[in-house]
Amino acid sequence: MSNRDIHRAGVDAPSKTDKQSGVPGKTREDQPFNLIGKPFRRVDGRAKVTGQTRFADDLTFPRMVHMRIRRSTVPHALIKSIDTSKAAGMPGVLGFVTGEEMPNTFGILPVSHDEHALCMDKVRFVGDPVVAVAALTEDQAYAACAAIEVEYEVLETIASVDEAVAVPEPRIHDYGDEGNLHKKVSMEFGDLDGGFEDADVIMEDTCYFEGNTHLPMEQHATVAVPEDDGRITVCSSTQTPHYLHRSLSKVLELPASRVRVIATPNGGGFGGKSDPFNHEIVAAKMALKLGRPVKIALTREEVFYCHRGRHPVHMHMRTGFKKDGSMTAQHLQTALDGGSYGSYGVASTYYTGALQTVTYKLPRYRFDSIRAFTNKPPCGPKRGHGTPQPRFGLEVHLDKAAHQLGIDPADIRLQNLVEPGTVTANYLKVGSIGLGKCIEAVVEGSGWRERYGKLPEGRGLGLACGSYLCGAGLPIYWNHMPQSGVQLQLDRSGCVAVFCGETEIGQGSDSVLAAVVAEILGIDLQDIRLCVGDTDLTPVDLGSYSSRVTLMVGNAARQAAERARDLIAKHVAEKLEIPARQIHFADRRVFDLENPDNGMTFAEAVVVAESKDGTLGTTGSYIPPRSPGRYRGSGVGPSPAYSYTAVVVEVEVDPTTGIYDVVHVWCAHDVGKCINPALVMGQIEGSIYMGLGEAMMEEQVFRRLPKKRSPALVHRHPSLLEYKSPTFNDMPPVTSYIIEDPDPNGPFGAKEVGQGPLLPVMPAVANAIFDAVGARVDQIPIAPHMVRAALDAKEKGKEPRFGPKPGFPDVDFGAPLKVLTPDEGGDGKAENQDEAKVRKGTGTMTERKDALKDGAWKESQRENKKGGN
Amino acid sequence: MLRLPPFQLHNPTNLDDAAKMLADHGGKARLLAGGTDLLPNMKRRHQSAAALIGLRRVEGLRGIRDSGSGETAIGAMTTLTDIVRSELIHAKYPMLWRAVASISSPVLQSTGTIGGNLCLDTRCTYYNQNEEWRESISFCMKEEGQTCWVAPSSPRCWAISASDSAPVLSAIEAKVKLVSAGDGERIIAVRDLFNDDGIDYLKKRPDEVLTEVILPDPSAFKASHWKLRRRGSIDYSVLTVGAAAWFDGDKVQKLNIHLGAVNSYPAVPEKTCEFLIGKILDEETIAEAAGMSRQGSTPMDNTDFLARWRGQMVERYVSAALREIAGLDPGVKKPRHAM
Repeated sequence: MSNRDIHRAGVDAPSKTDKQSGVPGKTREDQPFNLIGKPFRRVDGRAKVTGQTRFADDLTFPRMVHMRIRRSTVPHALIKSIDTSKAAGMPGVLGFVTGEEMPNTFGILPVSHDEHALCMDKVRFVGDPVVAVAALTEDQAYAACAAIEVEYEVLETIASVDEAVAVPEPRIHDYGDEGNLHKKVSMEFGDLDGGFEDADVIMEDTCYFEGNTHLPMEQHATVAVPEDDGRITVCSSTQTPHYLHRSLSKVLELPASRVRVIATPNGGGFGGKSDPFNHEIVAAKMALKLGRPVKIALTREEVFYCHRGRHPVHMHMRTGFKKDGSMTAQHLQTALDGGSYGSYGVASTYYTGALQTVTYKLPRYRFDSIRAFTNKPPCGPKRGHGTPQPRFGLEVHLDKAAHQLGIDPADIRLQNLVEPGTVTANYLKVGSIGLGKCIEAVVEGSGWRERYGKLPEGRGLGLACGSYLCGAGLPIYWNHMPQSGVQLQLDRSGCVAVFCGETEIGQGSDSVLAAVVAEILGIDLQDIRLCVGDTDLTPVDLGSYSSRVTLMVGNAARQAAERARDLIAKHVAEKLEIPARQIHFADRRVFDLENPDNGMTFAEAVVVAESKDGTLGTTGSYIPPRSPGRYRGSGVGPSPAYSYTAVVVEVEVDPTTGIYDVVHVWCAHDVGKCINPALVMGQIEGSIYMGLGEAMMEEQVFRRLPKKRSPALVHRHPSLLEYKSPTFNDMPPVTSYIIEDPDPNGPFGAKEVGQGPLLPVMPAVANAIFDAVGARVDQIPIAPHMVRAALDAKEKGKEPRFGPKPGFPDVDFGAPLKVLTPDEGGDGKAENQDEAKVRKGTGTMTERKDALKDGAWKESQRENKKGGN
Repeated sequence: MLRLPPFQLHNPTNLDDAAKMLADHGGKARLLAGGTDLLPNMKRRHQSAAALIGLRRVEGLRGIRDSGSGETAIGAMTTLTDIVRSELIHAKYPMLWRAVASISSPVLQSTGTIGGNLCLDTRCTYYNQNEEWRESISFCMKEEGQTCWVAPSSPRCWAISASDSAPVLSAIEAKVKLVSAGDGERIIAVRDLFNDDGIDYLKKRPDEVLTEVILPDPSAFKASHWKLRRRGSIDYSVLTVGAAAWFDGDKVQKLNIHLGAVNSYPAVPEKTCEFLIGKILDEETIAEAAGMSRQGSTPMDNTDFLARWRGQMVERYVSAALREIAGLDPGVKKPRHAM
């Protein structure tokens, strides 16, 4: 049996049709696509399968040396002394770097610059970097690293949100909203109490989503190369070369113009390479110090310590429903275990609340959240960033409501879909929404209407939906500049060089970039040369995160290519003596639409234009539309467009053991417009694979030894063998449906597909287990013992459920920020912005400005200027 | 990358040389019989050796031989893939075939050997970690440390027996041949190869080479093998049941059950075995017998899955094995590996 089945369906007939089926009209806009929507081979595919792609760890340079980092072996302690004397005398050892050599802090968000490249005086988790050593060979560096002696004064550890709430001192960081709580958020949209009064039924649920990590096959690696003119080049497996560039400049106290970052192709990222990392900065420092290229390739254990993965989230949800299944109000509370540093955590915190409103109509909404610091590797963004946890909660909650109200779970969703063009209660502007078509596709494909609730004991179907951003509306640091820039250089050979700061992390961004340019200029992918992810050579793109690349880079590329097309068309039209609008670009030719034989090759057209205009180049850029939200916190959630997904999962459960298998997955994803169906399918299947791992087994969990005997708090299994993630063997057959509901903001209508399809997988598995055996597991991952425990409870006549104890940690949120909804006549601002005492976050533009005013980044800019003089 | 520490590698071509080299190193050498476990362990520095004595080139250690008397001999250096591809093993010892086919992954099976699998080091999530990690817990009793963190008050090490072939070979009363330079050879039952101790888990002396596994005539007994783990491949077992029964008519004459991965050796649920002697293997009897099987197993929190649930699964999996021997539906979902 084939494990793969793909279908495509449009919501509305697209204005352009695929070439074979289309009837060409006489205007350029009516012409069929050359490339868009066809399954072309990815531009980096050949190099990847033949091993020609050079990842960071493949790079070598003359005189290159190797670096290792001695990491903390205690979870929370003051550093008393570092003794490198024994290591210094060992063979091949060249030098050390310690924290005091790099006192400037850094971090991805301007409000959480809380990391040092090497710990200065304190370590905060087992794995925190303390001192680096370079040697001629990696083995020598390894041996020397082990010989470094570090003395610690151990501090009390915090292992969970509950402990962080209960133990405000000692603080893991000396900043944050209070004690060991990094962030506290409370926001209310509309008359919540009124909403609950309107309800016929009020449902309440408590769920837990365990943390998990990205598990990219490529372990992070960096090579830093000092250049002869006092500059430094850092080649690194990073998703965000631009932010790394800024961090290097700040910590190394070098002007940005003396630092060059080259993002090497990533062997998987999934959000795990989106932060600037300590090892990247330390490698650069070591290279500058030794005057030699320095490589560090992390071990798998160290990748587990880099983490920045899924936050463990405890959720409490209370929702009012009418008898017809519509929601009247919802109060969501989330508690995030952030680990030891800020990372993207403030944004993650807001994201656990932001996207609850973009799928089903939710007229009134309150969201409270805390993020705790704990002595564990820092959490951050993993595929779906902050939204899979509440999405799990919401979709399971809805499944339960459907049962209580006697409505089919598919119908309760279909009947309450958000309308296209809606501004939600929390002021998110939804564009196109193909979720209805997605639900219909998976309902039909899975035989839902005939099979749901009717399968034999042990077999079950579960349905869930999701939505995700196509890029965050705001950049990570406040500015008015484009989030994406693309520059084209047209050569008389007919080759087009495309320069863009985007980063290929396996998702196919290079292919999308090339395809957009090739489409508009009517040339082949082979005519395109890409230069990407290089801060010296390419215009800034903010990076491969928040599913922003297809939409933002795509739009920037489209603008640049259209400008080039218009330039060439003008000169060719003059030469052919026809109106420029009659000029068309296709099949590597530029020609008269009325008389296709009247024209020339693309290369000849470039010659015509270059002869007239001189060297040819154009630029394009993209800035997302402004969001209607004006309250503090409204900066997280807005996006130019939202993608939608529906998933049905079929499971087979053995009630005697609780062991279950997922036997089939149907997934329909509204991608707006498919640029390349092969890549879209790859992302859908990859998301399902990762989602099933999260649903069934993946967990980044920790062990604490008996406190009397040891202060240890360690990752339970930092290894690929014991951190359980599905293998090929565990992957069920998947049926994918590519739904195309073009969004006006997307290039050609395209939306994201890299993250969205993951979201519904986890709740769909939980809902399917309920259909199979009538037991609820309100927790992710769902281990067999949990299913068995829920069935034990059922057999004893108790509630057939396994999950966290109902409730939420006892936290005083004070007065929430109150915002009138659009339906209530709100203008997007909070009524009580000042009284609410909402603390600083990365959320809004105002907050970002504030953060910058007193923030360290500005200082570094000043430093840059000084250094540059 | 984790790197191997430096070591001497010897590749003797005959058994006498191998045994002599082993004796000459006086316990400071280890045998390399595939290395799919030993080499990663050495990379993580929780096993070490000044010298490795590779057995791959030693003549006469690889191959499956029908001895003619009903017995079958498997050379210790026979790869797991050789066994999986052996029609003889598949036909005559399907329970052993199943056990071997479930080990790790096809790639590692092509390197791993039956002798290596039998002598596999015990495992524990406090022990199978890299050096820095183990330093964070001040090491453990099994390597460098003082305490068994699985049971900190316990005087012993609770690392678990991880060999997939040991329970079923013990159950069918297979034997192994041990050869040493000093004493020549001795043959002992597989079940006598193991100690109930996570550290000193083998009764094989450090100077002995395990050369051969001898399987008994399969016509005398019916056997079964069940294995529990998270994924359908690669994972070590968290519970293995090897069972074999000898019948007198339709009554059980003798019954062996050995449980892997729930103790430091292939433990025996004695009550279950004794209870079944003289009985007919019907549904009720099996259910009653399986209910007694928890005794003898001590699943602890040192491998995958919740320990308490693994304890519950002992009963279910013993039942599955007995039901299979009795020709009944096993009553639990089949694992994802080949059966």
